Amino acid sequence: MKTHTKMVPVPSQGIIPERDLDKSPVLEIVRLGIDFGGLTAVEDFSLIIGRTEIAGLIGPNGAGKTTVFNLLTNVYEPTRGTILLNGRNTRGLKTYQLNKMGIARTFQNIRLFKDLTVLDNVKIALHNEMDYSAVEAVLRLPSYWRAERISTERAMELLSVLGMQDMAGSIAGSLPYGAQRRLEIVRALATNPSILLLDEPAAGMNPSETAELMENIRKIRDVFNIAILLIEHDMNLVMGVCEGIAVLNYGRIIAKGTPEEIQNNPTVIEAYLGHSGGEQA
Amino acid sequence: MEKKLFKSTKSRYILNILAIALVFAVIALLIEGKVLNRYQANLLIPVCYNIILVVSLNLAAGFLGQLPLGHAGFMAVGAYTAAIFTKAVDLPGPLEFVIAIVLAALMAGLFGVLIGLPALRLRGDYLAIITLGFGEIIRVIIVNLSITGGAFGLSGIQGHTNYIWAFVVMVISVYIVVTLIRSRHGRAILSIRENEIAAESCGIHTTYYKTLGFAVAAALAGVAGALYAHYLKILDPSTFGFMKSCELLVMVVLGGMGSVIGSVISATGLTLLPELLRGFDDYRMIVYSLLLIIVMIFKPSGLMGTYDFSLGGTMDSFFAKIRSLFKRKEAKNK
Repeated sequence: MKTHTKMVPVPSQGIIPERDLDKSPVLEIVRLGIDFGGLTAVEDFSLIIGRTEIAGLIGPNGAGKTTVFNLLTNVYEPTRGTILLNGRNTRGLKTYQLNKMGIARTFQNIRLFKDLTVLDNVKIALHNEMDYSAVEAVLRLPSYWRAERISTERAMELLSVLGMQDMAGSIAGSLPYGAQRRLEIVRALATNPSILLLDEPAAGMNPSETAELMENIRKIRDVFNIAILLIEHDMNLVMGVCEGIAVLNYGRIIAKGTPEEIQNNPTVIEAYLGHSGGEQA
Repeated sequence: MEKKLFKSTKSRYILNILAIALVFAVIALLIEGKVLNRYQANLLIPVCYNIILVVSLNLAAGFLGQLPLGHAGFMAVGAYTAAIFTKAVDLPGPLEFVIAIVLAALMAGLFGVLIGLPALRLRGDYLAIITLGFGEIIRVIIVNLSITGGAFGLSGIQGHTNYIWAFVVMVISVYIVVTLIRSRHGRAILSIRENEIAAESCGIHTTYYKTLGFAVAAALAGVAGALYAHYLKILDPSTFGFMKSCELLVMVVLGGMGSVIGSVISATGLTLLPELLRGFDDYRMIVYSLLLIIVMIFKPSGLMGTYDFSLGGTMDSFFAKIRSLFKRKEAKNK
């Protein structure tokens, strides 16, 4: 069943869930923009995401959604604007540093460590949770065994959240498509993020798998108590699971609001379906 | 529950140590008992340093997923460092040699970092070309320095390397690679091979781990160089050229990129093969080349692919098979 979250406006950047109002927002994006040569891919992108909010970023193909994700993880360096992650400016930091600061993501086209086992995929993401040095590893000192044991247990625990504990020994590339998508999420969660970015998590899934994914997204938010920002084309999923939605078109936000507001917003309908008169701009 | 004899890691370590000791004992018996003649016994040393070279190159090529073509350069750095050191000082033999090996590793590792930092910004063919260039630069520098004996080479090096040294150093080197790979650092190195973008977004400092993998590979090549220098007792800069790097890469590819046991097998095989083929001297290079072609046609991923051997695991599955055979017989008797 769908539950309605009460969303409240905050100055300038949009809305966040009422329950997150007394906590600092996990992500504040202020007037973000990037140019590729002469082409402005994203412009004036401002968004605020509450501590435990499930937010959606939607828009027609080529609107710049994945570019926003790449800006948030500093795969692309923003030309303009500020990103505050847990209150800290992320300018100039590398992708791996941002990950340590609490931002984890999945990819539109799955990027697993295909030839390694499911367990190793998760343990790679637990890398920064372990603290032994290379020398301790080669000498197989007790610190190595302890850290390895703890991280294996932690990995199994994480896998079991999405029901994957029985696949731990399989090679990641040999998993069925849906399981690969789930593994990517588990791997992202293993880095202990405060916000999880999901890039089209339901792509290629059938309706029953999508329904399961919706359950999982809520479960992840509740178990880990984190914020989730997702890009998705499947409107059932977006409208069913997201509390706040931003609509992007031609690199600019054209609407922000609750699912109901977005569904009835004439600008959004126009962006998706075209102008009612069918005239050319 | 299936019974597993070698389930605990401790028992597997003991098993591996016993197996290595057994191999060493057999070799020692064959050599000391004069079953092998001097020439055959001496072949063990090139086998050992080639194993080190190939396993270390596999760390960079197979596990890190880069394609360096200058491995012989690092071997040269190690060989000259160790040789110059042992010629300069007069310490008791074993102590002197241990220090020389460590110095060779450090110096080659340092060169690995210096070359790795700029080179590892590139990928694939570009990395191959730039490392090829650096390998040649090292060789040319050696030719032009007076301390290295220039183009005449360095002679009068003490012959410290015997089969015991070669075997022990080889085992330690392979052990370092294997244990490194099976640690968080090794997984970070593997993740770079698998998907660099994903590795970075999992919090892996990819530049650091690329350089680490590259530097460890270089350091071990330096160790092999130290063994080589004190085995041949004479160093000629022209032996550390592009052809040597290529030969090593061939061994890595033949054994399987990302398989330590594959590297050990192919390094042993391809070192011994030209010697075994000495009987029909005129055709041996043809046979050698044909063999490579045949393997690449029928097993393009190399002899072992990415498979890695575990003695404990293999014995467990062997015993499990025997047990199931007995069970089947019992069932039949009933």
